[in-house]
Amino acid sequence: MSGRPGSIIEVDRNTPPILFHYGEGFRLERLPLGARVLYPPDPLDPIPHPERAIRRALSHPVEDDPLKGLLRPNMKLTIAFDDLSLPLPPMAQPDVRQLVIEEVLEMAADAGVEDVELIVATGLHRRMTADEIRHVVGDRVFTTFWPDRLYNHDAEEPEGNVVIGKTAQGEPVTLNRRAAESDLVVYVNLTLVPMDGGHKSMATGLASYESIAAHHNARTLLASRSYMHPPDSALHHSCIRQGQLIEDAVRVFHIETSVNNHAFPAVANFLQKRETDWTTADQASFLAMKQLTDYAPPSFKQTVFHSMRAPYGLTGVNAGQVDHVHEKTLANVRRQLTVDVEGQTDIVTMGVPYLGPYNVGAPLNPILVVCMALGYLFNLYRGKPVLREGGVLILEHPCRNEFDAVQHPSYIDFYEEVLADTLDPIEIEKRYERRFAEDAWYRQLFRRSHAYHGVHPFYAYIWGAHGRAHAGDVIVVGGDREVAHRLGFKAATTLEDALEMAEQTVGRWPSITHLRTPPLLLADVS
Amino acid sequence: MLALEFVRSVPRYALVRAAGGRPEVATGPLSSLRLADVPSPPLPGPDWVRVFPRVAGICGSDLSAIQGHASLYLDALTSYPFVPGHEFVAETEDGARVVVQPALGCEVRGISPACAQCAAGRPGLCENVPEGDIEIGLQTGYCASTGGGWGEVAVAHRSQLFAVPDGLPDEAAVLIEPFACCVHAALRGAATPEDVVVVYGAGTIGLLTVAAVRAFTPPRRLIAVAKHPHQRELARALGADQVVAPNEVFQRVRFATGARRLRGMEGSLLLGGAEVVFECVGRADSLNDAVRLTRGRGRVIAVGMPGEERVDWAPIWQRELTVMGAYAYGTEAGGRRTFELALEAAPKLRLERLTGPLFGLGEYREAIEYAAAAGRLSAVKVAFDLRPLRT
Repeated sequence: MSGRPGSIIEVDRNTPPILFHYGEGFRLERLPLGARVLYPPDPLDPIPHPERAIRRALSHPVEDDPLKGLLRPNMKLTIAFDDLSLPLPPMAQPDVRQLVIEEVLEMAADAGVEDVELIVATGLHRRMTADEIRHVVGDRVFTTFWPDRLYNHDAEEPEGNVVIGKTAQGEPVTLNRRAAESDLVVYVNLTLVPMDGGHKSMATGLASYESIAAHHNARTLLASRSYMHPPDSALHHSCIRQGQLIEDAVRVFHIETSVNNHAFPAVANFLQKRETDWTTADQASFLAMKQLTDYAPPSFKQTVFHSMRAPYGLTGVNAGQVDHVHEKTLANVRRQLTVDVEGQTDIVTMGVPYLGPYNVGAPLNPILVVCMALGYLFNLYRGKPVLREGGVLILEHPCRNEFDAVQHPSYIDFYEEVLADTLDPIEIEKRYERRFAEDAWYRQLFRRSHAYHGVHPFYAYIWGAHGRAHAGDVIVVGGDREVAHRLGFKAATTLEDALEMAEQTVGRWPSITHLRTPPLLLADVS
Repeated sequence: MLALEFVRSVPRYALVRAAGGRPEVATGPLSSLRLADVPSPPLPGPDWVRVFPRVAGICGSDLSAIQGHASLYLDALTSYPFVPGHEFVAETEDGARVVVQPALGCEVRGISPACAQCAAGRPGLCENVPEGDIEIGLQTGYCASTGGGWGEVAVAHRSQLFAVPDGLPDEAAVLIEPFACCVHAALRGAATPEDVVVVYGAGTIGLLTVAAVRAFTPPRRLIAVAKHPHQRELARALGADQVVAPNEVFQRVRFATGARRLRGMEGSLLLGGAEVVFECVGRADSLNDAVRLTRGRGRVIAVGMPGEERVDWAPIWQRELTVMGAYAYGTEAGGRRTFELALEAAPKLRLERLTGPLFGLGEYREAIEYAAAAGRLSAVKVAFDLRPLRT
């Protein structure tokens, strides 16, 4: 499928209706003449022999010694890896992390290393289930190490985390005790967007709340423009400071992988294509799926959609010193995602899909809709946002008042108690965060069940802080009106209505840009 | 006089009950309630006066009796036939507006010395209810001798009368009786300023309990459980800090109290929870919720009139809960009568917004049906308007 770079088309009389994601469903919308549609680049060709590329990366690392040379008998080796928030949808087996981990373990075995433990770098995300971990690491690794030597990081275990120190800016740095006491930590990453990877991997994935709160806060997020472009991201600057301290304390060998944006399996192949390229088979698939999603109950649709696995292909693997490795990874990721865009626009439209990083196996609840729309999708830019300041963001999503009580218990309280009080991210943090952080029940569910940390809804919400401050208005099309209002958005029944409402804010004859994503793109706005 | 009269008929009661208390059955040919021209009740003694009801409320306990839901426990404490209506504002022969405290204790019955309960200011718990100048009955409106609010004329002992302030409209005064019940309940609950309190239910009793708790024992946080939008608004207006739907009560109380929530085969329970819960519905679901969201050694106050409900006693046992009833009124700690407290607090509450629609006695079938569906129909206190009968 490798081929065209990302592009922009201008809607004319011959342009077919454009696809909008709409939760576990889709809508076709006719955009006004002259509107722009941003399409992501086609998937890059994957590396033909991933195992060979991985072996090569480990034996020819960037600014570091080959992994083999770092391994010795009687050492304490920890392998940490990214959790299920990446990639989205989850990758069809074999997951690239499995390939890397198997290679590292083989080298360790050859070197006679016996004390090996594997840690899922969950940070404040929920614990992965045994099945999910098995899916990521593969049967062989799972059977050998689970559960004593393969487990989730526990950010709330007092004895399980150690204080490394404080950065020059006063940011506390903590680290998983096993990692901190290891002779070598091998971190296995999967980078999907430029926000991922680098020092952020260990500084958040193996840290505790105190450490993560240093940069996961409204002030930092508002100063990250955008967090999809690390040089302009206060979030990343903070993670780098913490990461450097970690590097001083423990020997880290960093492995980063990147994948192409082949995000949908064959059955949903039409989602990978521009509407003008749809074949008769694509149209038939679309119609069948549209019928299904229009009439099936949400729970059924969620089951179907969440069972989808993406046939991602490996586009790069680099190992060695984290900064140098990450630079190469970012170049790869940008190669896959970048679309050059000329100028900002009065209105941006987007369809919000069923899945974000924090709801694998659960509905995208209203807070996560904010996170996806005003957070991730809005921030997929470099330079300046596609939306001009004071412009209107129009998103399509059912926005149901629906929460997963197992994964998101504190989200329910955040929605009912916090957002009923104020929408201001700074105020929210000031008034409520400590209470959520210290709630014993949240802590218990986080540690023993599969709940996100008590403060996680704060992060999901402030992930959209910059987008909220930037947009003059946000309008939800096809969403639950009460939910939209609770989130501080306006509600419209149709896109036409929303565009008419938007004109009250941005004036007549506005310029419009639609982000046709996912698959993901990164707008390089001049 | 024209009055609605409740007659004792076991077959009718059983048939209405068997029909699930459906309003069209409960007010149809099988009904124990009838509109009739009945003799005015004679004055039972020298300290008694005639009163002429102006507005009389339809209480949940009246509906229970008419719909066959009421506990048969009350049967032995009632004399028949009786004119229902124990919450009413009336006029005396000299034109003064009064509310009637319906409890029929020793003083009203002309019994001296009073029983221990009445001597302690608790006429609702009088142990002499079969004795004295009048027939057996706990209250005006359940006694064959006194008449009730649903008739043109009733009789009342002078000690039962409380003057209605000029500024208090009839539509507010008719709620003084239930409000006094709720003031008594609030004082029984004795919440402290550190407590989280839940008022479960937002019908008349629930809403007035919210108002009473806010006025007399304000807690740290007062959470009301309400089903319908108008109830939610009123609960807030009357002093609830937060109003939640029945299906979110565990989540919300958990958050407010920092408790833990566990889910079992029979729903949720909290480890921790509210210090005081006022149960104002009287049904199994709400009673079972109440005992599961009250913290260990906390207090559950049964304010709404329950019938025969299936309640799991395990939480009461395991949590060492104090479950207490709150019935009627009397003289509270400090020596003030509950009705006086209610009358003093009422003017600020604008209780008239809770009352309506009003029906004539001749429209009693419609009135009962409306009252039985009050929540759904955005009503709180459905009442009879007897003022046209006085002109």
